[in-house]
Amino acid sequence: MTQDTLAPPAPTTGSPLLRVADAIADRRSAAMGSFRSRFGRLPTPARYVPAAILLIVLVLLPVWDKNLRSSTGSGIPVIGTPNTSFSGVLFLVGAFALCAIGLNVVVGFAGLLDLGYVGFYAVGAYTVSVFGSPSSDLATAYPWLICVPIGIAIAMVAGVILGGPTLRLRGDYLAIVTLGFGEIVRLAAVNTSWLGNRSGISNIPKPPGEKADGSKLFGVVDITPFYWLILAFIIVILVLISNLERSRVGRAWLAIREDEDAAELMGVPTFRFKLWAFAIGAAVGGISGGIFASRQGFINPDTFDVLTSILFLAAVVIGGSGNKFGVILGAVIVVYVPERLRGFDESLFGAWFVVLIVALLVALISQRKKLLSSTARAIATIVGGLLGFVVAVSVGTQLHSIVTDVGTDNPTRLLVGALVLVAIAGIVLTRLIGLASGDGPKAVALFLGAFVTVLLGAIAPYVFDEIGDGVQALRYFAFGIALIVMSVFRPQGLLPNRRRATELADRKKEVAAGVNA
Amino acid sequence: MDFSALFDNFGQLTATGFTQGAIYALVALGYTLVYGVLRLINFAHSEVFVTGTFAAILTLRLVGVGADEAVPSVAIVIAVILAAMVAAMAASGATALVVERIAYRPLRKRNAPPLVFLISAIGASIAISEAFGVFYSRDNVPVGNLIEPSTQFELFGASITNQMILVVVAAFGVMILLDTIINRTRLGRGIRAVAMDPDAAALMGVNKDRVIAWTFVLGGLMAGVAAVLYNLQFGVTKFNAGFLLGLKAFTAAVLGGIGNLRGALLGGLLLGLVENWGQAVIGSQWRDVIAFVFLILVLMFRPTGLLGESLGRARA
Repeated sequence: MTQDTLAPPAPTTGSPLLRVADAIADRRSAAMGSFRSRFGRLPTPARYVPAAILLIVLVLLPVWDKNLRSSTGSGIPVIGTPNTSFSGVLFLVGAFALCAIGLNVVVGFAGLLDLGYVGFYAVGAYTVSVFGSPSSDLATAYPWLICVPIGIAIAMVAGVILGGPTLRLRGDYLAIVTLGFGEIVRLAAVNTSWLGNRSGISNIPKPPGEKADGSKLFGVVDITPFYWLILAFIIVILVLISNLERSRVGRAWLAIREDEDAAELMGVPTFRFKLWAFAIGAAVGGISGGIFASRQGFINPDTFDVLTSILFLAAVVIGGSGNKFGVILGAVIVVYVPERLRGFDESLFGAWFVVLIVALLVALISQRKKLLSSTARAIATIVGGLLGFVVAVSVGTQLHSIVTDVGTDNPTRLLVGALVLVAIAGIVLTRLIGLASGDGPKAVALFLGAFVTVLLGAIAPYVFDEIGDGVQALRYFAFGIALIVMSVFRPQGLLPNRRRATELADRKKEVAAGVNA
Repeated sequence: MDFSALFDNFGQLTATGFTQGAIYALVALGYTLVYGVLRLINFAHSEVFVTGTFAAILTLRLVGVGADEAVPSVAIVIAVILAAMVAAMAASGATALVVERIAYRPLRKRNAPPLVFLISAIGASIAISEAFGVFYSRDNVPVGNLIEPSTQFELFGASITNQMILVVVAAFGVMILLDTIINRTRLGRGIRAVAMDPDAAALMGVNKDRVIAWTFVLGGLMAGVAAVLYNLQFGVTKFNAGFLLGLKAFTAAVLGGIGNLRGALLGGLLLGLVENWGQAVIGSQWRDVIAFVFLILVLMFRPTGLLGESLGRARA
């Protein structure tokens, strides 16, 4: 059956929510496509300009933050992290981004689900520690520059050792076995005395280099050099991996991902290329682990648990598996957002969330074309969202101060009462708008939707006494939910790899056309 | 390596291994059922199990059997265990159903690739276990003194406690029941039909979605029973207790031949035994590594398991 005889992607199957998600995806990809083609026609140097600007901004971010902190006392407004070291957070984002890039080779390019990626991260970190630290049993105390290549090599070997016996397995079996591997590495570190057991290894060497005044460049207090170091590694590895992706190796990975049997029949030595994907992914994880260990100066097995592996995977999946820049975005979401919300300034919190949520809502609601006239739709959404925000901030601040200062003076009743009042006012208001446009109930529904969503988003921090702790505690829970939501609504990720998105869309069309149903 | 420890305590290790293996087997049934029907590793099954352990503990707390109270009388114990079992089965079955509806069904409708299913399942797994961790407790949750383990009789040098007898008898009873359901009832025929060929089954008038939902529920019920027995055997649960147990149960299912009910039983018992013998030889701190290494070995040398995959067709 050829593509022409397939029925057009019928608006079939699934709930209305699914259809909305499809509509969003279709329109978004159309818009992105035209932008992409226009951008692609620009002369080559011009196409590097945005990347160069972005790079300069990224390099200067911690410096700017430091200057602002010394002059005004607080860091960069809105994006700075007031309660934690900004360069430390940036470094952690970088370490995760590097891991996400490495894991993306395995998951995104070759289509092998690796749930034990943290194992390679751990191998890199432990190798650098064991060879570099004078207090380890080996006590070779090699300098950092020697330790890191050893770490990369051993991580690569670990990748081959794991991949050799297991890469003949398919899909979900491989996932479980790799999960076991990650846990074995951790348990081995816990139970082996020369790996420091539970207490870990300290005195891990730092990269060489001195400042003009003779003090160490890579110190304990200022993390900025480490951030620059990892940024440099990210850029180098991105270039290398991009080249690989465009090479014969990359094409082989792609073929394996799309159909392993067909690839094998076409003469692709699938096992060898899968092993390469594993080894390269492992090496990148090893680099990241080595730099991480050096920045911490101290490691123990708790850093390398399964949940960290899941966070790496979440970064890849949420960002857009198969897209190098997507997975970096994923790392930013996975690391930076929870850190940003740690000890958040309440007045800003609402604004932060509202921007996110209103954007989401507008995107969602504006797609339901036949629902309302566009003006009424916009007004209902904005009115609902704004009212929700105002209520959340005012009542939330009130509630927060009551809870913290006076103790619990039945804040729930106050909250509920205020909510009901504003909601009634809002319903009346939108009802009038809706009547004017002839779509009363739908306008009210939109209003309520916007109101409740924004309210919940903005009020969430006040429910937790310690905002940052609440967000930190809920982080894994939220990423669990995010993984389900992404799988259902946007399996290709936020910044999808185009080809991968097409593959997914094709499978969906097959269902619509009754093929393979 | 300490083989004398193994031979000296061989009987006792075997008895303990058998008991733990029975629990593994019950959880393994859930993996095997879903795999047989959907060719999908229900990664969230371990959390279905954890939900059961918490439901059972909450029931005990509700009835008033706490960690610091004395051991109640036999009749009350039996009644309480039954109540906990019903609660755990209901909670686990419901969780399994919800997971299927939210995390799997929308993907089935869209013909998503297997990788996406797995990611969705991991999401469900993390979300459920973290929900217990954040909203209940991140520490160990003790079950309470329900049964005073007392030796009933000696067998080949092993003292068999009342607790062991209870766990093994209950586990086998439930497994026989499940085997009957799958092989003798109308629902079981539907499950086997969908496992064999979903499209043909649908054409023959089997409601595919309903059968799949029931498969998840059956697996959940088994996990609920396993949860109560686990509570009795180990006396403690934790929000992330499902991770290790789930991996071991999955190992057991693969070992016996995933998709094969009797294989899950065999695999579970075998894994329980190997684990207990192995820890005597190489030390109990390596206990959890044994299961993983065993899993890798099984998958390398006999990926279809000891009894083969029989609920549906062989793996493509």
